[in-house]
Amino acid sequence: MAELRVNPTRMELKNLKNKLATARRGHKLLKDKCDELMRRFLDIVRENKALRTKVEASLASVHRSFATASAVTSSRSMREALVLPTRSTELKVGTQNLMSVVVPTFSLTATGEGAHDMPYGVAFTSGELDAAVRELSAMADNLVRLAELEKSAQMLAQEIERTRRRVNALEYIMIPRYEVAIKSITMKLDENERGNTTRLMKVKDMMLEAALEAKRAADAQA
Amino acid sequence: MSKIGILGGRDSVLGFLSIGFVAMPVKDEHEARRALHKLAAEDCAVIFVTEEYAAPLAEDIAKYKDTPTPAVVVIPGAGGSRGIGMAALKSASERAIGANILFKDE
Repeated sequence: MAELRVNPTRMELKNLKNKLATARRGHKLLKDKCDELMRRFLDIVRENKALRTKVEASLASVHRSFATASAVTSSRSMREALVLPTRSTELKVGTQNLMSVVVPTFSLTATGEGAHDMPYGVAFTSGELDAAVRELSAMADNLVRLAELEKSAQMLAQEIERTRRRVNALEYIMIPRYEVAIKSITMKLDENERGNTTRLMKVKDMMLEAALEAKRAADAQA
Repeated sequence: MSKIGILGGRDSVLGFLSIGFVAMPVKDEHEARRALHKLAAEDCAVIFVTEEYAAPLAEDIAKYKDTPTPAVVVIPGAGGSRGIGMAALKSASERAIGANILFKDE
């Protein structure tokens, strides 16, 4: 692991200690965020999975109904009935903030005349087509909800991935680096301190010795 | 107000016209790619793509993955479900959790 190169000064030590405290706090917060994101993500994914199973089943039945309808109606009158719909579906897009991840919310509004009715005249089409269309409009809300859930799941997944990277970077890179740097500075400073003390002791010894020498010389003269 | 787009083979999408979706019947991959980007540019907040075009368009779909709109959703077409939509969900959960714990039974 690449060590942080730092000047062994008290100033630097103080700065590093502050940084370490910030990193620890950040790590804790991000870890909590990651846990909460994960909890929400699991809820969404479970619902998503259930809804998808349901939607896929009903879509299959819708496609079957359309196939039946196209078997009993000529393809031309089928096209005529379908390609110029009287209703248009509008989607209201909102946003929702899930743990600072902005996910879209969709809500469906059908507009146009005969929004709740068949979108075509019934003279040239078969009852099978009516059934198929009715089935399809019943599941439109589910389809939109599925889109919403799936988008949320994707975006949360991305956010979780990113947050986890940050947590790991802090936990395994930043924090250990700061700790090593702090330790090395402390050791260096302690070493300096010890060097200083021994130097002082040595100087004191030398001074004592000099004083003794002087005293002895004075005694000898007397 | 946004619209809802659907993209796929003619048989798969025609019915969706009746409930007011913007349907884009396509015949091949190129058309599908163009249609996808066209729908996205035309303010469709949700774009459904049938499974037969989901695999060849995977790269284009991935472009829209990390923005709030449009939401591109894979649905089974007239040919029946091949589980591609579920696989997308599975990959999202693997991406987030790091392991596949929700789809053990499959």
